[in-house]
Amino acid sequence: MENILQFFDQHLILIYLLIFTVILGFEVISKVPTVLHTPLMSGANAISGVVIIGAIILIRNAQPGDYLTLTLGALGVALGMTNVMGGFAVTDRMLDMFKKKKK
Amino acid sequence: MLTSIVNLLYLIGAVAFVWGLRLMSTPDSARRGNTLASIGMGLAIVATLIAPMPNAANNYAWILGGMVLGGAGGFMAAKRVQMTAMPQMVSIFNGLGGACAVVLAMTELVHYYDGTSVMDQGQLFIVLTTLLIGAIAFTGSMLAFAKLQGLVWDSQVTLPYHTVVNWILLAATIGLTAYLFIGGSRLGLGMALGLMVLALIYGFSFVAPIGGADMPVVISLLNSFTGLSAAAAGLIYNNNIMLVGGILVGAAGTILTVLMCQAMNRSLFNVLIGGFGGGAAAAKGADGDQVAKTVTINDAAIQLYYSQSVMFVPGYGLAVAQAQKVTKELEDLLEANGVDVKYAIHPVAGRMPGHMNVLLAEADVPYPKLLDLEDANSQLPNTDIVVIVGANDVVNPAALDDPGSPIYGMPVLNVWDAKHVIVLKRSMSPGYAGIQNPLFFHDKTRMLFGDAKDSISKLVSEVKTL
Repeated sequence: MENILQFFDQHLILIYLLIFTVILGFEVISKVPTVLHTPLMSGANAISGVVIIGAIILIRNAQPGDYLTLTLGALGVALGMTNVMGGFAVTDRMLDMFKKKKK
Repeated sequence: MLTSIVNLLYLIGAVAFVWGLRLMSTPDSARRGNTLASIGMGLAIVATLIAPMPNAANNYAWILGGMVLGGAGGFMAAKRVQMTAMPQMVSIFNGLGGACAVVLAMTELVHYYDGTSVMDQGQLFIVLTTLLIGAIAFTGSMLAFAKLQGLVWDSQVTLPYHTVVNWILLAATIGLTAYLFIGGSRLGLGMALGLMVLALIYGFSFVAPIGGADMPVVISLLNSFTGLSAAAAGLIYNNNIMLVGGILVGAAGTILTVLMCQAMNRSLFNVLIGGFGGGAAAAKGADGDQVAKTVTINDAAIQLYYSQSVMFVPGYGLAVAQAQKVTKELEDLLEANGVDVKYAIHPVAGRMPGHMNVLLAEADVPYPKLLDLEDANSQLPNTDIVVIVGANDVVNPAALDDPGSPIYGMPVLNVWDAKHVIVLKRSMSPGYAGIQNPLFFHDKTRMLFGDAKDSISKLVSEVKTL
């Protein structure tokens, strides 16, 4: 119990951020119309590639001779970058089709 | 100074994510929204590259190598993919995000168990959570991809008593996670690898029995998992933008999951245990002696050409046959003769949320012509002809009047309210759920057998001669 309370006190700002982001996310996204559900999904998907940042931090902090970490980190960067680049590009392609629809 | 710049870039990046998603709420601003979010991502990556890290070796070559490789691969795939294959593409990208989270968590665990880093209980919990969610999202998405691509059939990956197997796997996964959490650094890396393998198997296994019309739910759910794994990884590195980005994606995936479940009037739990099937055999309608009436291309073309209003109902078959462009061609010809043409889009038509909208947008159908379930149902009684292109379960009257049917209670398009119904279909075989569709034997219904694209092309050339 004491551990939990201590964690709560130490990470108060983080917990605020977490809760407010959840509320904000639900508010913003519930306004997206059915027509745009696929682009929303693939756009959000691209944002989930933000995990690449963790991989970059990992590599930067690794020892130059630590090939295991470097290889895993580079793999992480490549995976994350595919997610980011592919996700945004494919969403842009879809939305481009929606745009020229106006007559 | 540099630290402040980095923090400012992260802040701008996080705001760009939120604002970008906000702009996604109208078709006119959605593209700008996507661009804004991608700029936010770019800033966040730059900030991470320049952030001051005392005694860091940096190893920029490794980072650059990974980025070029992944960036080029992702970009090429995104440019080349066919619009009809969009659900598969989204699944793959989604899975890779999850895989990245797994790699991060495993690397942390390697260092934890060989003593080069120390974690308190809270951190260990976060790393294990990242590993778990990321692994499930990864293999789940890959199986979803394989299914959508037609590489794997549901029956090939489903075991007898699959629900029981899934429960056992889930219990084992959670149990092992708890064991690793309590055991701390005394345990070895082997256990952690065991957890990874178990979670990877569970991700595969939980998607295995779910298929066809339930795919939109699963894809949304997996999307939400990847977001949550990114958010959890953000906690590992104490990085706010990872946390914000991950949670936003988690929220988007969750909302879509809920919407898809509502559209089928089923609970998420019911979808996850593979609710369709099972009771299907008990459903009535497979009386056998009923005969479906057919229509010739010629008659159908004349009917369409001289009607007042036509409503197309697209389904997954439209995507499979790649019939979106010829459908638009037919629409143009009919409109030129004063026919009012609309499209009725059921929320779970296709294999992911909004699938039909994207295909029709590709064919240049203006989005005001796309009606949602409610609008379509209110306009159907005033519609002369409904043309069903590769849809089945979403137009099944059994959902309304047959309590024995597995899809009973699911809101459907009441196409039989229209004056005539033309069904484009390959054969009489039932849809995904294996349920016979009484609509095909309805008085108002005429069947037009053949490949949807082929049939519509013939209709187009026939209408041109009129």
